[in-house]
Amino acid sequence: MNARNTTSAVSVALTLLLAAGALTCLGLMVGDGTLRWPWGLTSDPITAEIIWQIRAPRSIGAWAAGALLGLAGAIAQAIFRNPLADPYLLGSSSGAALAVAIALALASWLGADVSGAAFWGGFMAFGLTGAAFTGALLAVILTVTLAGGVAQGTRLLLGGVVVGVVLGALTSFLTFIAPNVLLNMQGFMLGSTALLNWSAVGRLLVVGAICMAIAATFAKPLDALQLGERTARSLGIPLSQVNAIYILLLATVTGAAVAHTGLIAFVGLAAPHVVRAWLPCQHRALLLLSSLTGGVLLLGADALARLIFSPMELPTGLLTALLGGGYLLWRMGKVGRLS
Amino acid sequence: MSTLRGNREILRVEDVSVTLGAGRRRGMSTGNRVLQRVNLTIEAGSWTAIVGPNGAGKTTLLRACGNLLDRRDDREGRIDLMGQSLDHWSGRALAQSVAWLGTAEIGADGDLSALSAWDVVALGRLPHQRWWPSTGALTTDDAAVVQDVMMQTHTWQLRDKPLLEMSSGERQRVHVARALAVRAPLVLMDEPLLNLDPPHQAEWIQLVRAMAAEGQTIISVLHELNAALYADNIVVLVKGRVTHAGRVDSPDTRAAITAAFSNRIQIRSLDNHWVALPRV
Repeated sequence: MNARNTTSAVSVALTLLLAAGALTCLGLMVGDGTLRWPWGLTSDPITAEIIWQIRAPRSIGAWAAGALLGLAGAIAQAIFRNPLADPYLLGSSSGAALAVAIALALASWLGADVSGAAFWGGFMAFGLTGAAFTGALLAVILTVTLAGGVAQGTRLLLGGVVVGVVLGALTSFLTFIAPNVLLNMQGFMLGSTALLNWSAVGRLLVVGAICMAIAATFAKPLDALQLGERTARSLGIPLSQVNAIYILLLATVTGAAVAHTGLIAFVGLAAPHVVRAWLPCQHRALLLLSSLTGGVLLLGADALARLIFSPMELPTGLLTALLGGGYLLWRMGKVGRLS
Repeated sequence: MSTLRGNREILRVEDVSVTLGAGRRRGMSTGNRVLQRVNLTIEAGSWTAIVGPNGAGKTTLLRACGNLLDRRDDREGRIDLMGQSLDHWSGRALAQSVAWLGTAEIGADGDLSALSAWDVVALGRLPHQRWWPSTGALTTDDAAVVQDVMMQTHTWQLRDKPLLEMSSGERQRVHVARALAVRAPLVLMDEPLLNLDPPHQAEWIQLVRAMAAEGQTIISVLHELNAALYADNIVVLVKGRVTHAGRVDSPDTRAAITAAFSNRIQIRSLDNHWVALPRV
């Protein structure tokens, strides 16, 4: 990348950060059917509590989760050289969904016998996140095992489809025999930013920062990979190792996002396309800018979800699906192709 | 005597057989055997063209020479590069010593919207760069090589153009430049003239002859027989077997080429060059 492109990449990054800041302020203002500037109100302890313990972590957490999804989308599209690849294509979403369904079924089954709702409340808050993350990772491991390793992109894609379908069927079966699970799972399936607290924000930011640093460090081979696997190999790139690193990152990043916000649709798919339409750039910049874009998208969607039918609130994932689908449709009409 | 240019052996292929998509099922080996006990010796500083009908195994032979067969392909026999078995070369040393230009992947590739001609050619310097952590920036020497090969291939004026917006001929020239940018002693090119118009074909022939004169070794799979007849040596491959390998100016070589194409062509001399014409 030449100097001119580096400068514009930096200015795009700054623009995205500014947008994130502005949307965070909006996120602090939106709620309870009103739109108020938060600063003057903090003398009231209850309002301050709402703003700093509910709205602030929710907004920053939405940004962090969106950033993880944007990074995951860019990684997925790069290693599979497919503009329609999204973070969930190795089965992490269905793995997380199944794990959540199992955890909920277990909880309701045991919960009938054990008294003490507070204990279960605590278990649910952390247990569901942990279960979803573990489920997402296990599903990716299953996909890689089915594909016989990480070296062949096509086999991985097929493995991901198989795992997605089979785990999806298992989840359906579980909700079929335990219908009360279905209702409790709805928030997870639709994707929600409503439950993000400060400790979730901390986990998301730490995972995001570490994974982003690793992803950017190894980004050069991703450029060469776009010329095809054989050409990349001829240039001395150890394909298996590079794939292994990025699939591990993809699984971790997606798992962390899914565990905290459920199945947020389209952010991961759309973010790299937004960046490409804005500023064509090589992968080191693309990974970073996709991540920042994903953050802005989910942050904006979160604010909108609270604003549109205020004081009622839409599930954030519903909104991202509508907006993301609309955006891709518009792009499709505009350029005739997605790449 | 053995130090004479053109006499030094750079590549030796011994009894090489390749089975594509090999696997074992119930003790039986499966797959498609496309090369049968191929033997070849390639001298340094020469240009060799591999010719033969469709499905003869030309691309597979070229891939085998660069250790670029698919993971599932099975190779028997021995290939020595500069006196050392290919199996003992490290990935990085091999990438510096053997440059590759493939065909099947062009068009089946990934996100090219961000890669300009310059970026693609610069990737040819990757074997000489430290890429973890990736610096992204080329050294002055690397940049000079990139500019050099882009001038040679007439792609310099395309340097800021994204690959996605190029014609297939322009794209092919950029890929040729990328292979040259490796500055490897051995250059393997699979159908380098694909989509090139006659002036650019002529330029490619000139370029390759100049490279060979400077000591680089080029092995190319060519469907354009008239271009192949400009090479130093020709390897004729039919149904996975080498039916002949020899210098272009030998009558045996020309007879073998004619036979390989079922005598449906004739090779004639025109202004001190050999040309192949369809026999109708």
